[in-house]
Amino acid sequence: MELEPVIGLEVHCQLATRSKLFCRCEAGFGGLPNSRICPICTAQPGTLPVLNEQALELAIKAGLALSCQVRTQMKFDRKNYFYPDLPKGYQISQFDEPLCEWGEVAFEVEKGVTKVAKIRRIHMEEDAGKALHPDGLASSLVDLNRAGVPLVEIVGQPDLASPAEASAYLQALRRTLRFAGISDCDMEKGSLRCDANVSVRPKGQKEFGTKVEVKNINSFKNVERALQFEIARQGELVARGEKIVQETRSFRDTEGTTVSMRKKENADDYRYFPDPDLPLFDVGAPRIERLRAALPEHWLAKRKRYQEQWGLSDYDARVLTEEPATARFFEGVVAAGLAPKVAANWIQGEVLAFLGETKGDIEELKTTSAQLRALIAMEEGNELSHQAAKKVLRRMLESGGEPRATAEALDLLQIRDSGALAATVDAVLAQETKVVADYRGGKETALNALLGRVMKATKGKGDPNVIKELLIAKLKA
Amino acid sequence: MPATPTSPAWTRSARAIVAAVRSGSVRARAVADHYLARIERDDPLVHAFLHVDPAAVRAQADALDARIARGETAGALLGVPVAVKDNLCAVGSPTTCASKILEGYRPPYDATVVERLRAAGAIVLGKTNLDEFAMGASTENSGFGATRNPHDLKRVPGGSSGGSAAAVAAGFAPLALGSDTGGSVRQPAALCGVVGLRPTYGAVSRYGLVAFASSLDQVGPLALNVDDCTLLMEVIGGHDPRDSTSRAGAFGGPTAGDALAGLRIGIPAEYRSDALDPQVRAAVARVEQLAVAAGARLVPLELPLTQYAIPTYYLVVTSEASSNLARFDGVRYGPRGEGSDLSGMYGATRGGRFGDEVKRRIMLGTYALSAGYFDAYYKKALQVRECIGREFAAAFAQCDVLLGPTTPTPAFPLGEKSDDPVQMYLCDVFTAPAPLAGLPALSFPCGKTPTGLPIGAQLQGPCGSDGRLLAIARALERQLALDLSPLEAPRGA
Repeated sequence: MELEPVIGLEVHCQLATRSKLFCRCEAGFGGLPNSRICPICTAQPGTLPVLNEQALELAIKAGLALSCQVRTQMKFDRKNYFYPDLPKGYQISQFDEPLCEWGEVAFEVEKGVTKVAKIRRIHMEEDAGKALHPDGLASSLVDLNRAGVPLVEIVGQPDLASPAEASAYLQALRRTLRFAGISDCDMEKGSLRCDANVSVRPKGQKEFGTKVEVKNINSFKNVERALQFEIARQGELVARGEKIVQETRSFRDTEGTTVSMRKKENADDYRYFPDPDLPLFDVGAPRIERLRAALPEHWLAKRKRYQEQWGLSDYDARVLTEEPATARFFEGVVAAGLAPKVAANWIQGEVLAFLGETKGDIEELKTTSAQLRALIAMEEGNELSHQAAKKVLRRMLESGGEPRATAEALDLLQIRDSGALAATVDAVLAQETKVVADYRGGKETALNALLGRVMKATKGKGDPNVIKELLIAKLKA
Repeated sequence: MPATPTSPAWTRSARAIVAAVRSGSVRARAVADHYLARIERDDPLVHAFLHVDPAAVRAQADALDARIARGETAGALLGVPVAVKDNLCAVGSPTTCASKILEGYRPPYDATVVERLRAAGAIVLGKTNLDEFAMGASTENSGFGATRNPHDLKRVPGGSSGGSAAAVAAGFAPLALGSDTGGSVRQPAALCGVVGLRPTYGAVSRYGLVAFASSLDQVGPLALNVDDCTLLMEVIGGHDPRDSTSRAGAFGGPTAGDALAGLRIGIPAEYRSDALDPQVRAAVARVEQLAVAAGARLVPLELPLTQYAIPTYYLVVTSEASSNLARFDGVRYGPRGEGSDLSGMYGATRGGRFGDEVKRRIMLGTYALSAGYFDAYYKKALQVRECIGREFAAAFAQCDVLLGPTTPTPAFPLGEKSDDPVQMYLCDVFTAPAPLAGLPALSFPCGKTPTGLPIGAQLQGPCGSDGRLLAIARALERQLALDLSPLEAPRGA
């Protein structure tokens, strides 16, 4: 019997707000333990939550970027459970009325084959803190810096048919959220977290098999590893005629396996109920429409536009829409007046190559798109040779700086003054009598050899057009 | 009864204190010293307070006197000591909610109402006793000993704001803050013979009020008379951006003109049940007669859902409380119980330190919210709550306010109901409906039993009618012409 896996992902994504969801503490990554806390996020008795509207707007944008329906009225619910990293003894979340529902993610299964997976819901919630259990310490420690940080949970339908699809889906989802400015989606910093629901069933069967939830998948690489292991494990159980138990399992990075965390019978009853501290919140259709209108262009739309409007190749368009900062930089150069194709070549050939070599981050680029445009303008104006322009750009990428100042510092500006070049031309002509004779004897290509000699003598800085004119004039004389 | 000569005249009202302090005829320090002396002398009998720090009180008074000496005499409560229920956070004093689980806890911030008291020139006099986490109607459920009614020390002061009501009645403080979830301001006000207002839900910030049942909790003023109650309400009321359920203008403000002429007073048949003590019934009937004599009209009507208010109320409050009290886990503050593992620590902390009534309500609420029971209990209760709100709305189409008794009986003896939670819950029969609908309600003294036990009458109005209720109560208070000065000493020792 051939089995097929059915996969759905639940993704938690940290919203890129300055402050937490219900208080004004800093929400960013890092900080000394318990340095970003206040009476509210430590659940001091008597404190109350007040919604951070920036977080709400980012959550709405997430829904819009993923083509969801967004609710115009919203409520929060309490999810009750005890754990030391959960200060209030409940998490403020959304239960039966999520902010956004029924969206979709388009992703590429293989080159040219696109598939669409549905999103069931997106809801807002606050993060818990972090419980630490250091070796050699009899007690546990709690860091509440993360407690109250705003998240959206994006629950996908079980539309994914393989670990590779799951990975491609997650990449596409991540790119969409990053391009919309909703989150940096950095799995290493925990601003993107992924749990997977996996089951297997005989190929062709409509009913789902028993679902297992896999948690603690903390990198893109592990999405595929965890799913591959889990699908194989379930396949073996089926092959042995054993039942699959509905449970939550944890992925172990070092072994590449999953281990049982809790069975369904022991599942928590979270006793959800509407949070009486947060009354019905009027999101408002006008707000949704304002955010929809202001939504940045979807990366797939950019990819299409780069090809159709700007004539880029599929490959170029892909590379330039990999990261929001790359697209921003590229569009900046084009907006400054450079032909898109030329801009694409420079960015791929020089900027991205440099970042690849130095393992740099485009977000931290030392050169602006305006500076790159100015540099290329110098080449177009024959102030720099193509090779010199590349050298100047390299220096700019390494150390920052304006193109002209950098070119001057590197002494790479072209010599275009015929007076300054005449002496060199005379000297070469005097030296290369054989080549001069060849040229005068009708061998046209000999001119290029002479040009090369002069260029060499000027260390590449002479303007070849000026030199050529000088040579012709002097040879005819 | 004439005021006895031992206390200065200004002890009869907070307004008198403000006037005396502002004019310079009495120093804030002298006011503070008077109340501290009263507390020192008589509170061992009454046990209205859980925490009083005389040095800190005198320091606040001295700071005020220094300000006044510089000519800074602003502040609606200038120099007035205010007793604060111990479920309101105030920097510089513990906040325990009368629970051993918060023993020694000192909040790092002031509740909004406390902040507003301080800004108005009031002195935070001390923290008053309550039923643990405001769960009770007698102040016997305190983890630190019961409060007694200063009118008869063998009887309860009511609850849960029993400490605040007793403090005002006993002359320990001219004003007090309480909190009202199902009657916790009005019922003790009635049993102690003082005025207590439960404001419209949202009229007063809950920020810094330790939550019992968030959708019903409201901070409310207690005072010797209606004018003082109004004064305190004006200081603590108003929108607070730190409380998402607070609303601007919910208080309504006072109304001008004759409050009684042409007033339509609804008299619900359900408030005249046979269970009502005849003395209470007679006292309320007298209020009705006085109102009519002053030009009001009585409108008999029915509120048949009143009988469902208590079960509805107890499902809502226990559900919310089970969640609100989850934070008391021994992890971040308060005493921590010893356990060999996490659940052992939780068990030792919560099992060892919550009182029986609190545990009972947490268990009831946990049950009501559980999968499989949610629809039958919590959800059903919310539906009935909606119906009760609609029934009130229909009543207020026929009348302006509702009048009735605050409690079925005067103060009952200590211990009488403490073994029977259901009997205790029935104390809330007249006070629980209004909170379910978010309505303002006010209890004011309307007489005494022959043995001297106070009786309270209750006015209820539509949302935002707080100011009007106060104006009506003030007019009735004049008609009643009772002696409203505080006791010179507790009775029945």
